[in-house]
Amino acid sequence: MIEVENLHFIYPSNVEALKGISLNIRDGEFVAIMGQNGAGKTTLVKHFNGLLKPSRGFVKINSIETTKTSVAELAKNIGFVFQNPDHQLFSETVEEEIAFALKNFGFKEEVVKKRIDWAMNLLGLSQYRDTSPFLLSGGERKRVALASVLAWNPNTLILDEPTIGQDHRQKENLRQFIIQMQTQKKTIVMVTHDVEFVAECNPRVLLMRDGEIIADGKGTDILTNQELLTKSSIVLPQIAQIFQELSCFGLPQNIIDIYDAKNILIQILEKKK
Amino acid sequence: MSVFDGLKFRKVSSPIHNLDPRIKFFYVIVIFFSAILFNQIIVLLTLFLMTIPFVLLAHVQKEWLRSLRGAAFLAFFIFIVNIASSYFTSGYSLTANQIESAIAMTLRFIVLAGSFSVFFLTTSPDHLGLALEQSHVPYEFAFAFTTAVRFVPVLAEEAQTIMDAQKARGLEMEKGSFLKKIRNYIPVLIPLIVSSIRRSLELAEAMESRAWGATKKRTNLYELKLHRGDIGLLIISIMILIAAVFTHFYVTIPSISQILFGT
Repeated sequence: MIEVENLHFIYPSNVEALKGISLNIRDGEFVAIMGQNGAGKTTLVKHFNGLLKPSRGFVKINSIETTKTSVAELAKNIGFVFQNPDHQLFSETVEEEIAFALKNFGFKEEVVKKRIDWAMNLLGLSQYRDTSPFLLSGGERKRVALASVLAWNPNTLILDEPTIGQDHRQKENLRQFIIQMQTQKKTIVMVTHDVEFVAECNPRVLLMRDGEIIADGKGTDILTNQELLTKSSIVLPQIAQIFQELSCFGLPQNIIDIYDAKNILIQILEKKK
Repeated sequence: MSVFDGLKFRKVSSPIHNLDPRIKFFYVIVIFFSAILFNQIIVLLTLFLMTIPFVLLAHVQKEWLRSLRGAAFLAFFIFIVNIASSYFTSGYSLTANQIESAIAMTLRFIVLAGSFSVFFLTTSPDHLGLALEQSHVPYEFAFAFTTAVRFVPVLAEEAQTIMDAQKARGLEMEKGSFLKKIRNYIPVLIPLIVSSIRRSLELAEAMESRAWGATKKRTNLYELKLHRGDIGLLIISIMILIAAVFTHFYVTIPSISQILFGT
């Protein structure tokens, strides 16, 4: 459970990045945080594992205030995967890279081995066990970074721009992976610009602008609200765009999912027959 | 990363920002030379105070103080090493003169850090490159230098991100013995170095695709010209230099303890 109450954050350069954010994220929820560059998305999620501490207000993780504990302690529950894998990879082999966090958290040798196998299997990295992470492709490096966080099986996963630089198949794998995490009751918080990806996943959406949350609700409601999206420099998902432009034919306005769209179109076409 | 903040240039207009970088650099060198010449507190303090009008005129007092705060750690270190070495070499005792010389050494460092900080705070990397070029430094070197200066803040920001990423994976930088603490920096340094190399290769390709080095003789959009203010600073610098050399050879400067106790 992540509780945020009247959170303000001011950078040392006197920029007020967050202006009174209040929100709750329940266990097992899947949340996408969207908004234009500089809206404060990454600043907000960096509060969830204590990398940044509130200037005013508080953030509680499982009822413990982040100011009262260390990042390492919080990280046991909250896994944070950074946007650029090159900012964290440093080991000689993929195996050692994944072992890094496990050793930091003091897992026993046998457990470390098991967890490495499990994480590599999950993300299809088994054949790279002894390869240097620097020799892998961009997408693979991203997966190694993800595996190195998943390995200690945190309850909550924060993904900062997970779809950047990923091709379509990798995105689909990521989506499957998120669904899998969901069935295991993991909380997932994803910061992203990728409106199509969010439309496919259909999570709870938080829209941020200038350090404030301007909308919080179901993906189908927010991603079809032209006015809100324009405020955050986001375009409608393609499905919603088509359905809105064809509104004169009586098409529903809150469709973002391709399968829902298909079913509605089939109904209409069947009727015409 | 506050040390780097003190070197970050922000584009504003002030009498100091508009001065010719060559003359400004000459002034800094004169201060540097004078600071090396003397180890009396009074002179070093004077040199330090002389920097302050520049800081105020340029409106960079906040950044300047931040860079001094960044230098404070090193200054403290210099002080301790000086005190310790004179304590142990003179048979476990300290005289007023030894303490004074330790303070002077520290002050000398602060004067140098302060004057270089003003220089970098008020001189854009572009101007700096231009100044090097017009002082007949080969363009390749001038370019390499300005690029290095320009990438310092970028690198500092990146180091912060990498530290965050590793902390999120349970790295505790401040934990463990002295050796362990040094080892804790490996997960930060390797990604930093690797991504710098990657970036420099990318930069090289981007430059080559924009025909870098295609012609031997380059032209410049801006030319540096000396104005009245520059001449003024040049004269002030030369006068400081003459005064410094004269004082060094012909004037005996009392130490603080002599002033206080009259011995």
